[in-house]
Amino acid sequence: MNAFTTHSEQRGELIPGETGGWEVIIGMEVHAQVASESKLFSGASTDFGGAPNTHVALLDAGLPGTLPVPNRKCVEQAIRTGLGLKAKINTWSRFDRKNYFYPDLPLGYQISQYKHPIVGEGKIEVRLDEETTIEVGIERLHLEQDAGKSIHDLDPTATYVDLNRAGVALMEIVSRPDMRSSKEAAAFMSTLREILRSLGTCGGDMEKGQMRADVNVSVRKPGGELGTRCEIKNVNSMTFIAQAVEYEARRQIEIIEGGGTIDQETRLFDAVKGETRSMRSKEEAHDYRYFPDPDLLPLQFEQAWVDEIAATLPELPSEKRARFQAEYGLSAYDAGVLTGDRETAAYYEEVASGRDAKLAANWVTQDLFGALNKAGIGLSESKVTAAHLGQLIGLIKDGTISGKIAKDVFEKSFETGEAPADIVEREGLRQMSDTGELEKVVDDLIAANPDQVEQVKAKPKALGWFVGQVMKATGGKANPQAVNEILKKKLELE
Amino acid sequence: MADLSALTLDAALTGLRNKDFSAKELAESHIATAESANASLGCFLKLTPDHALKAAAESDARLAKGEARPLEGAPLAIKDLFCTEGVETTASSKILEGFKPPYESTVTRRLFGAGAAMVGKTSLDEFAMGSSTETCAYSKTVNPWRANGSNAALTPGGSSGGSASAVAADLCLGATGTDTGGSIRQPAALTGTVGVKGTYGLCSRFGVVAFASSLDHPGPIAKTVKDAALLLGVMAGHDPNDATSLDVEIPDYAAAMGKGVKGLRIGLPKEYVSDGMPEAISDLWKTGADWLKGQGAEIVEVSLPHTKYALPCYYIIAPAEASSNLARYDGMRYGLRVDGEGLVPTYEETRAAGFGPEVQRRVMIGTYVLSAGYYDAYYLRAQKVRRKIADDFAKAFEQCDVLLTPATPSGAFALGEKTDDPVSMYLNDIFTVTANLAGVPAMSVPAGLSADGLPLGLQLIAPPLGEQTLFAAGAALEEAAGFTAKPERWW
Repeated sequence: MNAFTTHSEQRGELIPGETGGWEVIIGMEVHAQVASESKLFSGASTDFGGAPNTHVALLDAGLPGTLPVPNRKCVEQAIRTGLGLKAKINTWSRFDRKNYFYPDLPLGYQISQYKHPIVGEGKIEVRLDEETTIEVGIERLHLEQDAGKSIHDLDPTATYVDLNRAGVALMEIVSRPDMRSSKEAAAFMSTLREILRSLGTCGGDMEKGQMRADVNVSVRKPGGELGTRCEIKNVNSMTFIAQAVEYEARRQIEIIEGGGTIDQETRLFDAVKGETRSMRSKEEAHDYRYFPDPDLLPLQFEQAWVDEIAATLPELPSEKRARFQAEYGLSAYDAGVLTGDRETAAYYEEVASGRDAKLAANWVTQDLFGALNKAGIGLSESKVTAAHLGQLIGLIKDGTISGKIAKDVFEKSFETGEAPADIVEREGLRQMSDTGELEKVVDDLIAANPDQVEQVKAKPKALGWFVGQVMKATGGKANPQAVNEILKKKLELE
Repeated sequence: MADLSALTLDAALTGLRNKDFSAKELAESHIATAESANASLGCFLKLTPDHALKAAAESDARLAKGEARPLEGAPLAIKDLFCTEGVETTASSKILEGFKPPYESTVTRRLFGAGAAMVGKTSLDEFAMGSSTETCAYSKTVNPWRANGSNAALTPGGSSGGSASAVAADLCLGATGTDTGGSIRQPAALTGTVGVKGTYGLCSRFGVVAFASSLDHPGPIAKTVKDAALLLGVMAGHDPNDATSLDVEIPDYAAAMGKGVKGLRIGLPKEYVSDGMPEAISDLWKTGADWLKGQGAEIVEVSLPHTKYALPCYYIIAPAEASSNLARYDGMRYGLRVDGEGLVPTYEETRAAGFGPEVQRRVMIGTYVLSAGYYDAYYLRAQKVRRKIADDFAKAFEQCDVLLTPATPSGAFALGEKTDDPVSMYLNDIFTVTANLAGVPAMSVPAGLSADGLPLGLQLIAPPLGEQTLFAAGAALEEAAGFTAKPERWW
């Protein structure tokens, strides 16, 4: 990968060193677990959290004579992801064996795609902030099996192996070395996660290991020759990616400025210490003896299937964000929040449909999200449906209730799931807009409070006191605009 | 009652349906014969009388109701490379000692589902690597045939030597074998039996302990061409558990035998002629061609120009795949484990103790040819040669319908004769490996006896899915040869 020289464009912040600024070059290999019921080549379940060794088919345990059979769903998910990455789909690809010995690798090899991946070159737009978007090239995506899990801390002398994960399908997504800062690296991962989640091809839960990254880092003088890279294995959060890049770039700069050279090697990120340390050098690298898996035929499918999948592709987050800004007139921030996941976006679109889109955005992002946060629940558990929230906004817009009353109605609906219109009817919360009725309330107030009348006439700003009293007398149901007009007329403030 | 063991499969199936004898009697007869012969022949690693008698009981019940399945009541021997549920399966290797699979191979499942009974598991070269069954870790397998006037023990060939011996000695009515470079056809030729491997993917590999996945072909070893047709018809068929399994209709192979060879073009590949070929072999080959010509076939000379590269090509690809396929025997989950000081020593000591010398040799060759820096020169080049060999066949089959060649370069050889010289052992496969590399169906038919009274076979090779032609030509050859010789019972 060091051979590429096209990226002379300088971007991102330079890292200051004793000899001036350094540019950091980052490429990533992301392992994303394919969202599927069963494993890549066996029928065993992919459920997380099962008792050890309970999701293990004969093949997953490497029993003699057992054979891999490709899972069509996993292939479909890889194609779907490739389409989402605007990448070339290879209708002919091949599975290879990557040979090495380890107890959590029962076959003694991992089935992967080495020379002929299912997905070729693509690109994604990575949003750094409201103004800045960068494009990151995707080199390839291939399907491969996950390994099992070695558990070293259950016994002082023995290692236990859990094969539940062994054979689970992963997509390895390889980026071009197009990132220039820890922020860009973290943003790339975050954007990729968002895309995979919206495509429904990966759960994206990093705590469950559904996504993890190998981060390749090198440094150079701006515009200069590319430096030797180090690969930091298995980094599993955005924060750690940023920390690992920062640490690694500074480490390399210090070595070079101290007159040393960087050895190409594989490193580990220690999240506790926030540092990377050597795992194995290039010389210690395995010879994986890749060769085409003779148990599997080349993976071939018709373009028509690709087209069929393309037709069902959802709108991607970046596309949706752009549309929300254009179609609903939302700020970049609100559009970003509302397109954060598919469920929220769909909810918002239902609320906003045929209504004041900005008002709808405020209700969703502030009132609804606030209430959900407070209750510690997710959108899917909300008793206020999108239809109900839409109805509530309708009631505000047509003057049936005031914005203030609406908040109370929302709270009740949030508690019980009752439709806002029903709450308004049952509790008689309809706004009083009837002038005659309101005039009577105002007349009574004026008659009972001559001192206040004097004050208002001298100082019209004190009108608020009367408005408050009317609201109090009407239980908040009075239409504030109507009250103001009547008061001004009666107190001759016009 | 006549000796039931001497029956062919076809005759036995008829006898059972006619109630001439029961499945129980047939099974008991074979169990008794097998038990008494095994001390001398060593062809069974394990006898399974319980399995056979249980199956026979069901067969008798079905026969009584007139609900016989295609192989109802047939006692068969199963090469110990096929996983049999609950029955120890070792691949003749110490590393799998005591391994009882919790699953059944597709081929044996189909056979037992068609009413066959298992007499026992037969010996083979360890992991099917060998041509004499001498690399078996458990037994010495002996050919029931002996040269005229000699008591010297001969090998039955290999790797399916146990199956071939068992069929030749009438210890079963037929047997399963696997053929990676000739492991069905060569022992069949050396024991006077019929051996067939279908087109690659015709018989499922699921549950067959893998040697070289792209070359492994399960198939039958039988007493006659018809018996082989009956067995293959049941063994073959699509299996969703094997991604390389062919999804094709399985025709009635026995019916195809009646087609004859009139008008068939029989190709004789000129590259199979060599100066060093024993006269008995070249004479038999010529005779075989004459027999087919006499039945109305046309004889044509064809060329398979890359033949001379086939053996080296095979001995790169097969070990390469084997080195990876055998990586799973690491002592971690099943089979042998020798604890060492830490993980790597445990791997090393387990595999050093569990694998015999030939397996170790091939694992090392395979590891070497796949290594960085050697891959292109060996493995990749061998794959290119393999493609050329397949192309050779495709071109040859434009000029002929079936190929006729010798099955082996010689008759049965003595135990120990070639064990010190792996290359001379590898040369046994010279006529058979090409069909594995090309994935085309092939059959070995006993065609005559050598001057010292040992059986010799001829090989027929058909285009992909040309099994019906293969059986038609095989039947013609069998009929013309009139091979009825049997080894004299000394065991």
